[in-house]
Amino acid sequence: MNETAPNQPAKNNAASQFGDRAFKGLTLLMALSVFVLIGLIGFELAHGSGIALRQFGWHFLFSSDWDPVNEKFGALPFIFGTLVSSAIGLIIAVPLSIATAVYLTELAPLWIRQPLTIFIELLAAVPSVILGLWGIFVMVPWLRGHLFPLLQKWFGFLPLFQGPIYGPSLLAGGIIIAIMILPIITSVSREILRSVPGLQREAAYALGATRWEVTRIAVLSYAKKGLFGAVILGLGRALGETMAVTMVIGNSPQIAKSLFAPGYTLASVVANEFSEATSDTYLSALFEIGLVLLGVTVLVNALAQLLLKTFAGPGVKPQH
Amino acid sequence: MDAANHNWRKAKNTMMQTLAFACAILVILPLVLVFFHLVTQGASSINWAFFTQLPKPVGEVGGGMANAILGTFILITLASLIGVPVGVLGGVFLSEYTHKRLNWWIRFTADVTNGVPSITWGMVVYALIVVPMKGFSTLAGGIVLGLMMIPLIMRTTEEVLQLVPSGYREAALALGIAQWRMIIQIVVRTALKGIITGILLALARVAGETAPLLFTAFGNGYWTHKLTEPIAALPLQIFNYAISPYDDWHRQAWAGALVLILLVTAVNISVRVLTRDRFSRRSA
Repeated sequence: MNETAPNQPAKNNAASQFGDRAFKGLTLLMALSVFVLIGLIGFELAHGSGIALRQFGWHFLFSSDWDPVNEKFGALPFIFGTLVSSAIGLIIAVPLSIATAVYLTELAPLWIRQPLTIFIELLAAVPSVILGLWGIFVMVPWLRGHLFPLLQKWFGFLPLFQGPIYGPSLLAGGIIIAIMILPIITSVSREILRSVPGLQREAAYALGATRWEVTRIAVLSYAKKGLFGAVILGLGRALGETMAVTMVIGNSPQIAKSLFAPGYTLASVVANEFSEATSDTYLSALFEIGLVLLGVTVLVNALAQLLLKTFAGPGVKPQH
Repeated sequence: MDAANHNWRKAKNTMMQTLAFACAILVILPLVLVFFHLVTQGASSINWAFFTQLPKPVGEVGGGMANAILGTFILITLASLIGVPVGVLGGVFLSEYTHKRLNWWIRFTADVTNGVPSITWGMVVYALIVVPMKGFSTLAGGIVLGLMMIPLIMRTTEEVLQLVPSGYREAALALGIAQWRMIIQIVVRTALKGIITGILLALARVAGETAPLLFTAFGNGYWTHKLTEPIAALPLQIFNYAISPYDDWHRQAWAGALVLILLVTAVNISVRVLTRDRFSRRSA
């Protein structure tokens, strides 16, 4: 595009105004595409689950029959499996990742912070299917041979740790989920802690607090809301995690008391059965599972974003 | 008594520091273990044939994943055709035009959309593309990955554009250049490296996606010649081989996983080395 001749200011002006308006319109259109995307996802899933919605209604969520041969579909075992495996994932991942974020921002020697951060980002980049492969051939045999028998020996009096040990299980799924959400909770928590104003820390140091006391009193309590947001974000990822979980959770639609029993999640039943769904009702039931998953993850993610965004507000502005 | 209290506080301080260090080690332990096992299990199966041959049927030793490797590259090329223009331009809007409320909603929706499980994206594109076209296809696989890239790239583009000092914009406008040309020639060009970083990271991320491809690209044991045919992809092949009962296939799965993780890690590391300049200090 050549420079416009300087002796035609009016034309130049009109052209650039048109250019401005067109460019702005174009970028606006592209930015608005996210509304179209989320709307499309919601619409297609709702549309696809029409038959199941009409046939089963609310009963779908509370029935534990999953019998494609007799066209009986209930999502309860999958909801159960998703909730339990995500809960296990959070119980393991939350303390570890917040402690790591604290270490990275408050306690670690400066030279160690950068390499450690890169390691955590690399862990975040490991594709789910690779973690699943590692889970099947390395983690599950180790759990079956070492950790699970120990847990049974020590905590066998609890129903959670009773029953036969197969290997692929709710607990194995939960542990894989923990590994998958560790990096995201850690890096978001790290960002939150870094946005805590230095003044907070200095004030506590001035009172003679030790490094840990500064962290606890001045940093952690200040960042509580943001850290909660990070955890909820991790929950969102945990609920929707598919491949790695599918590969280690055992894929059996049952509601068992023991964590050593195989389970099934919303995401993995879709991954496993979608392309084999033979009847319209079956396919529709799987769409409804997708719809439930979407609804839950959108709610959880929206909550996480609200927490994170409202935390970032006072965090960056100076406080008086 | 004061001294005892002081010692206790100091001891507690040391204890908590050690504990946090231990947690950090535990967090990176899986990464180290995964890499260790990928190399020890996968390296021996990587040879020339792995990169040049089609998969062999069960029982025959050898063969490779040439079609899956090419398939992954074809899919992410198709995906970038959708994800890059829409994402970058959307990011430009978020950063350069301020409609406070609207931008907040777009940002919020993009972040929530980023959290939508990848498997549900697959179902949506199945309903949108696969059903009307009456078959799994390369096109559907490319589209699903492309759509997933949009919110990712939008947010990273916005973030790097906002690192461009506003003085650059003002200086350009003061010279009488139209705003849209200022944005393209000054702002985008200044932040180009950062934008490309964001695109590469998004590509690395979708290159490893399996779930959305299960019922879009579907997988293929042979070469794919048309956009309307199913296509093999590295993550799909790894998954299918990993859950199969054959030792030969397990070995191939490890080899495929090693190749995939080397690709993804290479992108991640080179991006971090390349962008160690003034505009990337603050990125997450």
